[in-house]
Amino acid sequence: MKPEVVINNTELNVKERKSPKLRHWKAFYKKFKRNKLALVGGYIVLFYILLAIFAPLISPQDPYEIDLVNKLQTPSAEHWMGTDDKGRDILSRLLYGTRLSLTVGFVSVFFGAFIGILLGLAAGYYGKWIDTVIMRIVDVLLAFPGILLALAIISALGPSLINVMVAVGVFSIPMFARIVRGSTLSVRKLEYIDAIRALGATDFTIICKHIFPNILSPVIVQATLRLATAILSAAGLSFLGLGAQPPSPEWGAMLSSGRDYLFSAPHIALFPGIAISTLVLGFNIFGDGLRDALDPRMKK
Amino acid sequence: MFVFIIRRVLQTIPVLLGVSLVVFLIMQMVPGDPATLLAGEGATKETIESLRHELGLDRPILYQYVDYVLHAVQGDFGESLRSSRPVLDEIMVRLPITLELALASIFITVVLGMIAGIISATKQYSAADISIMIVALLGISLPSFWLGLMLIYFFSVNLHLFPVSGWGTFSHMILPAITLGAGGAAIVARMTRSSMLEVVRQDYIRTARAKGLKEYIIIYKHGLKNALIPVITVVGLQFGALLGGTVLTESVFAINGLGRLIVDAIRTRDLPMVQGGVLIASVIFVFMNLAVDVLYRYFNKRIDLN
Repeated sequence: MKPEVVINNTELNVKERKSPKLRHWKAFYKKFKRNKLALVGGYIVLFYILLAIFAPLISPQDPYEIDLVNKLQTPSAEHWMGTDDKGRDILSRLLYGTRLSLTVGFVSVFFGAFIGILLGLAAGYYGKWIDTVIMRIVDVLLAFPGILLALAIISALGPSLINVMVAVGVFSIPMFARIVRGSTLSVRKLEYIDAIRALGATDFTIICKHIFPNILSPVIVQATLRLATAILSAAGLSFLGLGAQPPSPEWGAMLSSGRDYLFSAPHIALFPGIAISTLVLGFNIFGDGLRDALDPRMKK
Repeated sequence: MFVFIIRRVLQTIPVLLGVSLVVFLIMQMVPGDPATLLAGEGATKETIESLRHELGLDRPILYQYVDYVLHAVQGDFGESLRSSRPVLDEIMVRLPITLELALASIFITVVLGMIAGIISATKQYSAADISIMIVALLGISLPSFWLGLMLIYFFSVNLHLFPVSGWGTFSHMILPAITLGAGGAAIVARMTRSSMLEVVRQDYIRTARAKGLKEYIIIYKHGLKNALIPVITVVGLQFGALLGGTVLTESVFAINGLGRLIVDAIRTRDLPMVQGGVLIASVIFVFMNLAVDVLYRYFNKRIDLN
């Protein structure tokens, strides 16, 4: 039996040597799997994604159907989470709202990450005045406290969910630009980049094929953690009436309508808050786990 | 240190100019002509043209920006389109309330966060540590506006301990300060814990223990002092998040602060007010960052920020 084991290991090593990327991801998966809390975060996120996909199939009622006779009903067998001020089923609205929250989160983070990565790569790779100009712009964007930059953008573009995505996306750009610049700087100085350049590779090839794949880990971690912030910010803006407009079942907007009935029907405000908190919690602990597994140096 | 402060103050000037440029450019994105909007319906073409000339809107955009900055430096942010009063006057009425709220919240953030962090670090892996870290994880995930509503429901509606809304007395301040400070407290708790854990593993702490010093002296005199350095940065950054967060908290508790003024101005399309409000809040944040950098330097003379 013993020689067989040795042979298997050797075969495995040969395979692994052939594919360092695969080895990297295998090591990551092994490390990530050990972190039980991160797994819980991943399951929470997956659960919400499934809810969003199957919302039309699992929603007990039409989320927009007004039924004034049954308004402000407390949770019951018929309406598991009760009804809102217009008699709409809160559970159905929450399920459909999952689609909106996840879409806003993913679209705005993708938008912010895309521009931030481009800026960060340019600043880190080319350096000199390009770096100075880009990083000063980043400094300026970071000088706006909290969601105030998003508020200013919405004041110009007008309240709507699409504008919230733009505003929250812009708000995410500087974070990505900073992280990507830092990682690009460290990768650019490595010898293999000089070797590839000596072989005649263009800047575009070097950046896309050799630098970008190597800075992906911190970007993935940042994107996951930013998703939590983006979902919170978007819900906050809708809560202020500057995002999704009625009768949209956006969670922040649902919470906002619930505050008028805090005395008589607190459940209207309760459930959307729990939904936002658990989804954001999921992304936060999933992101923390990814960070620990992908890039332990980033661990604070 | 003095040279450092002067250099750091000079560094803020381009950032402030950049912030003003961003705010100015965002307002240029507003669809429609401000002169037409101001002139109102039924205004003649001549009236609109003369208003445009009066407002300087017929000049190149660079001139308009320079003009805007020169006026802003003198405290002239224009007039509110809604009340026709100077923007700065309206902001100055609201700003003290927001600063009070932000300071009360930062107090909660620092005190609650640090106490929780120290307990967690000194009793690592105990039930207290695990509970604090779970609460901290929840704390950074809860939407502040929802936490505010739930606090109102439990403590104001059910228990009648605090007023539901408004501002003015100490009891008005408690729930909004907790609402706004809780998220920051969670972050500070996590930061203090990890920073303390790093410090207590250092040799000089082992030496202090070997000398037979009492545990609380080791923790508070030797450990905390050094563990605080990274925490200061986090607290400084939290102040920015707090300033932004006042927008939501003031809305939940119907507090007439700067945040609510900005949101109301957005709803009524009172753009000079939005512009002035965002700019002043950002300037405060920039100076706050400056203060944090100076403090950081003061507490940690070994580092060279440049």
